[in-house]
Amino acid sequence: MNDFEPAIVAFFCNWCTYTAADLAGTSRLAYPPNVKIIRVMCSGMVDPKYVIKAFLGGADGVLVSGCNPGDCHYINGNYKARRRIKLLKEILPQFGFEPRRLRLTWIAASDGVLLAETVQELVVQLKELGPSEAKLKMVI
Amino acid sequence: MAKTAQIDVKDNDLLGALRDLFRAVLAQDAIQAILVPRRLPMKNGVMPTLITDPEQLDGADPLAPAFPINGAKVVSRLTRKASGGKVAAVMRPCEIRAFIELVKLNQGRTEDLVIIGVDCLGAYRNTDYTRWVGDDMDEATRKFVTGVLGGGGGAADGVDLAPACQVCEQPVPRGADIAVGLFGMDTDKRVLLEALTPAGEALSEGLRYKKADPPLPRRKEIDRLVAERTAARDTMFAETHEATDSLEKLTGYLANCVNCYNCRVACPVCYCRECVFVTDVFDHEPVQYLRWADQKGLIKMPTDTVFYHITRLAHMSTACVGCGQCSNACPNDIPVMELFRSIAHRTQLGFEYEAGRSLEEKPPLSEFREEEYPEVVGI
Ligand code: SF4
Ligand code: SF4
Repeated sequence: MNDFEPAIVAFFCNWCTYTAADLAGTSRLAYPPNVKIIRVMCSGMVDPKYVIKAFLGGADGVLVSGCNPGDCHYINGNYKARRRIKLLKEILPQFGFEPRRLRLTWIAASDGVLLAETVQELVVQLKELGPSEAKLKMVI
Repeated sequence: MAKTAQIDVKDNDLLGALRDLFRAVLAQDAIQAILVPRRLPMKNGVMPTLITDPEQLDGADPLAPAFPINGAKVVSRLTRKASGGKVAAVMRPCEIRAFIELVKLNQGRTEDLVIIGVDCLGAYRNTDYTRWVGDDMDEATRKFVTGVLGGGGGAADGVDLAPACQVCEQPVPRGADIAVGLFGMDTDKRVLLEALTPAGEALSEGLRYKKADPPLPRRKEIDRLVAERTAARDTMFAETHEATDSLEKLTGYLANCVNCYNCRVACPVCYCRECVFVTDVFDHEPVQYLRWADQKGLIKMPTDTVFYHITRLAHMSTACVGCGQCSNACPNDIPVMELFRSIAHRTQLGFEYEAGRSLEEKPPLSEFREEEYPEVVGI
């Protein structure tokens, strides 16, 4: 299991976390290459089906990250995102998904360090969990 | 008139008493038409019909164990805009609950509507009813009603209630304007009429039935039935959970699904006007299929089956009312009601929400608060 490298699909809000990822890059902060970043205009536009698709397609983890409460560029998109993640965390674990595979964080544009730490920590946790079931089994 | 009244049943003719009630409702100046399950003139089936001619109420049969569609969808069509008239709709409890969900999603209005609920005796699967009913529909309904109200259950001639009805713990129409009570009543002689809302009170005042309190055995009988059904429901939840608690088991559960999407069409609370799964979003490029096949050596065609079902759950599990029309509509006998109801039950608990409970509670995905669910945030 040691050589298992988890695949993480990350939906980052353009206004904060995506900028933080950019900042981490320009500041040469190292974070693992396991994340496939998808830039979205707001965490509030991450439709539950994007997350479901990512998991069924074999992602070991999904990270949705937006602006801190009160800082949403569109006023309340991050609150909507939180409800949707809550919904998915009610549904997916009933099919045996480990809830820790789906994460929501708030990371501000200036917080490149937090971004790097978050991704590092997630990779460690997903390595512990091992590959997702969808990756190993046939999904119809 | 008080909030509860009694409707006398003459000559043991329960259906006759209900038809008289419907005629009296239709005779009210305020009511333009009544929507009620009725026997079809051309065939021995029962369908929701919109009736303006009181004579046509002779064929009304809300007690037949026939439940071809969830009527919430029909009532939604009738009330989406003002029609200039008021409609009375005779609905089962799960139809009322589904309609309440649709109203909250702006797909129906209560303004020009009076809902007449009837204690629900349950129904057979569509295909079972059609095979079972025979030509003497009066006799068929009478046999069914006697069986259920006599304590013998819903089974007759080797046919039994649909799985959804067997685990339905809400057989009394809570969200109606006026409700007809059958459980715990001596239905050969009388049934109960309850006005549950101001609109219901206004309507029942005009009907002039004599005031009466619910008889004592009624509460007891309802409690007994609800306890029995709740136990059956919880067993069903446990079995379904056991059968689907991993992705591998879930794919096995859904293995016979052919992506016909009938379960979505039949579902009263699957609210999207156009389902994304039938749009060009899912017209994948041919080369895409080859790539997917290449990843694992095989893919099942058509693709996206589990994706469809989990996405549907994300849409409707906060609103599922357990009516069972999804299972009714499945050509391959996949027990989808069991799956959807089980998942929906936990989702609704998670949001402290209950589909169809009230018009005031907002659907979980249509509101949010600044401080909530801290447990879903963070690493
Ligand atoms: S999912 Fe099935 S049981 Fe639930 S409301 Fe829709 S049709 Fe009825
Ligand atoms: S009705 Fe049955 S076969 Fe059709 S999509 Fe639903 S589960 Fe699949």
